[in-house]
Amino acid sequence: MNITLEQLDTISLRYIDAMSKYSKIIKICCGTGCVSSGALKVYEELKRVLTDRGLIDEVLVKKTGCHGLCERGPIVVLGDEEILYQSVGKRNINEDITALLKTIGENEIVDRLLYQGEDKGKRYISPRDIPFYAGQKRIVLSLNGIIDPEDIEEYISKGGYRALYKALLMEPEEIIEWVEKSGLRGRGGGGFPTGTKWRSCRVAHGDIKYVVANGDEGDPGAFMDRSLMEGNPHSIIEGMIIGGYAIGSNQGFIYVRDEYPLAVNRLIKAIESARSYGLLGKNIFDSGFDFDIKIFRGGGAFVCGESTALMSSIEGKSGEPRAKYIHTVEKGLWEKPTNLNNVETWACVPHIINKGWNWFASIGTPNSKGTKVFSLVGKVKNTGLIEVPMGITLREIIYDLGGGIREDKKFKAVQTGGPSGGCLPEAYLEMPVDFDSLTRLGSMMGSGGMIVMDERNCMVDVARYFLKFLVEESCGKCTPCREGVRRMFEIVNRICNGEGKKGDIQHLEELAHAISLSSLCGLGQSAPNPVLSTIKYFRDEYILHIEDKKCPAGVCKALIKFSIQPDKCTGCMRCAMECPVKCIKGAKKEVHVIDSTLCIKCGTCYDVCRFNAVTIE
Amino acid sequence: MVEFKINGKKVQAEKGEILLDVAKREGHEIPTLCHHEKLGSDGRCRLCVVEIHRGSRRRFVASCLYPVENGIDVYTDSRDVLLIRKTILELLLARCPGSDTIKNLASQYGVFDVRYTKDTDKGKCILCGQCIRACESIVGVSALCMSGKGPEKKVTTPFDEPSEVCIGCGACAVICPTGHIYIEDKDGYRTIWRKKFELARCPKCNRFHAPIEQLEFISKKTGVDMEELLICQNCK
Ligand SMILES: Cc1cc2nc3c(=O)[nH]c(=O)nc-3n(C[C@H](O)[C@H](O)[C@H](O)COP(=O)(O)O)c2cc1C
Ligand code: SF4
Ligand code: SF4
Ligand code: FES
Ligand code: FES
Repeated sequence: MNITLEQLDTISLRYIDAMSKYSKIIKICCGTGCVSSGALKVYEELKRVLTDRGLIDEVLVKKTGCHGLCERGPIVVLGDEEILYQSVGKRNINEDITALLKTIGENEIVDRLLYQGEDKGKRYISPRDIPFYAGQKRIVLSLNGIIDPEDIEEYISKGGYRALYKALLMEPEEIIEWVEKSGLRGRGGGGFPTGTKWRSCRVAHGDIKYVVANGDEGDPGAFMDRSLMEGNPHSIIEGMIIGGYAIGSNQGFIYVRDEYPLAVNRLIKAIESARSYGLLGKNIFDSGFDFDIKIFRGGGAFVCGESTALMSSIEGKSGEPRAKYIHTVEKGLWEKPTNLNNVETWACVPHIINKGWNWFASIGTPNSKGTKVFSLVGKVKNTGLIEVPMGITLREIIYDLGGGIREDKKFKAVQTGGPSGGCLPEAYLEMPVDFDSLTRLGSMMGSGGMIVMDERNCMVDVARYFLKFLVEESCGKCTPCREGVRRMFEIVNRICNGEGKKGDIQHLEELAHAISLSSLCGLGQSAPNPVLSTIKYFRDEYILHIEDKKCPAGVCKALIKFSIQPDKCTGCMRCAMECPVKCIKGAKKEVHVIDSTLCIKCGTCYDVCRFNAVTIE
Repeated sequence: MVEFKINGKKVQAEKGEILLDVAKREGHEIPTLCHHEKLGSDGRCRLCVVEIHRGSRRRFVASCLYPVENGIDVYTDSRDVLLIRKTILELLLARCPGSDTIKNLASQYGVFDVRYTKDTDKGKCILCGQCIRACESIVGVSALCMSGKGPEKKVTTPFDEPSEVCIGCGACAVICPTGHIYIEDKDGYRTIWRKKFELARCPKCNRFHAPIEQLEFISKKTGVDMEELLICQNCK
């Protein structure tokens, strides 16, 4: 039996009806972050206690996907976004369960569990009031943290798979036109127009074609795609079926890294349930269109996110990129026309079909439409995943959503675009965040990493950090990337160690230029970005390292010396207590002194002194 | 038929022809290290990169893989192309300071010394992959592979163990542009890639000439009798 629209409606009504029987709904985030901080224990324990008290038929406890507040997990949401609790059960599970029961039973709000930013400022009750949330525009993540990702019926009850139904009544050509007109561009980093890609793949010769979702997400520390795959797998699947129909493909693949076991499991479950509801398989919605999806687990190399490496990895070969003089839309997987999109790109598609291309095109900037998910981390007060309309400025993200710099220190730079992105200084805070603006400045939007840095981040050291990652992640196939990036590291490392030479900057620029022009794939081509952008905007800092042998941020150990200014020291003893090697001497209310022969230059004293008495030379 | 320009000179070529071949035919010199006339290329060394203009678009492509197109302007000696060549040669020289092939090529392009710490653990291997391709496509046994990534990448046998399929023919060593692969023929035995082969002795001249395993392989493939193969080339 094939599924019909009426059946979707029946499922929705049945689901909504079933929910209305509960007097309270408690949603426990069971994304990777919250699970690792103990969410499952909270879930089990709360269910147990509710059963003991005979409340389990009145109160529904369910699991949801990630809210993007993983650092403050486990996150628990009561009702329909009414109350959000953070770090539930982290310190004392019994106390927190009791607190939850109080809120459930007596509607009493427990202050200490309410959301609070990194700076321990004001607490908020509803997620709607939290500035970190309020400034967002959630489309792709609209159901993240709201629905149970393992329950296809809940997805359906929220309007799921209606876009697919609608799309299958459209001509494939018309769908492609909609996607083109929507202005959707790839979310995986390149920003290539999605409709154009679909069209090239549709017109490519071949009876067998493939569509692939890229869920490799190799950027260190990024978890945008993971949260989406874990939190709303059906939105990706629905997008892929629509894409398959538009392009003329009956087989999809989702490439997920093996280090994302929860995402893999949720996707497998989602695919199985979609199959059992007739949403994957033969003759979907009686349209005559067949489509199925296979999961492929990747080894997790950064380079395997690159399109040709990803395809060779699915084919069972080594994950090395190859020349793309013949595009993968013509010859991709097993030499067949293949359309690869990032998982977030796929998840935009059902929204475009549901609400129309003009709705999507009304969000964002002239050349970058829709929203983008970022992972905002570093020295901001509020960290986590955010989905914002394109065109929002860096300042709005960092100061309104992020709440500004921690301890109200001075902003120094924001690194965007993942390991091969770039660092932008304060002068560009008013820059709109979209594909083209950031690229023009020598950085990029990439897949959505955003790291905020303050005066205590050394930009040469930052460049060194990303280079190190890229040296290790280069697949080693081509000379400029394999040999060149490690030599860039060698030079930058030398500079950080106080052995910089005159001419190093020029040498770096020249080497970077050659590497980016001649490398085989995007990894090598963009690997010099972290160095080039820091040289571009923080040249003085490089010069200070090289010529004056100084690290103004106080990070490069070979170049710094910490000392205490006698006139400012109040003898509060704080630094002496916190120093990990106990090399600060001084009695109460007396001037303290650092023994520089023992000092390991960790900078703890500098960071903890409340009287700015510690200086870096 | 397609028409385009190389260094300002109009050229014609068959559709789908590889740029490097056309450029060579037209007398433009492009250095290569990983390309082989019979075995083609995977685009590893990047030494053959040239500059291509099409309208306002400028790109750099590996000429050993790039199928020519109508209307492109190719530059094989532009400033950036020369910078790329010098850079790659300096990088390879830092990796393989003991390779005369690299030293000679580098000096042709004005690179005599390196500004980096010279490697001591890479031998002469520039990871061009020709040995692997020869073993796979000419010999047909696939005894070699690359393992590791980034700076640790190397050519080796699977799991660094003596290969079960290697027949000791030495085709890899013959094709290797830098002479990295070491073959030792001593006391009736050949050692290559950690595997020891017994050498066949020619019944006529009593000379050791080829690994028995290789002769058996040929015999199996061609149907020629072992007896006949045991006779060395000189005595045939
Ligand atoms: C080194 C490298 C790593 C990449 N990693 C990813 C990744 O993890 N996820 C992703 O979607 N795209 C990644 N990409 C981009 C893909 O090659 C490809 O452009 C993208 O998946 C296409 O989908 P989109 O058009 O929807 O962005 C990477 C590219 C490079 C060069
Ligand atoms: S640029 Fe780097 S990652 Fe890409 S093929 Fe070359 S070595 Fe491999
Ligand atoms: S051993 Fe020789 S042929 Fe093989 S990859 Fe190294 S340099 Fe090339
Ligand atoms: S995993 Fe719970 S908020 Fe991200
Ligand atoms: S000869 Fe073209 S990449 Fe090596």
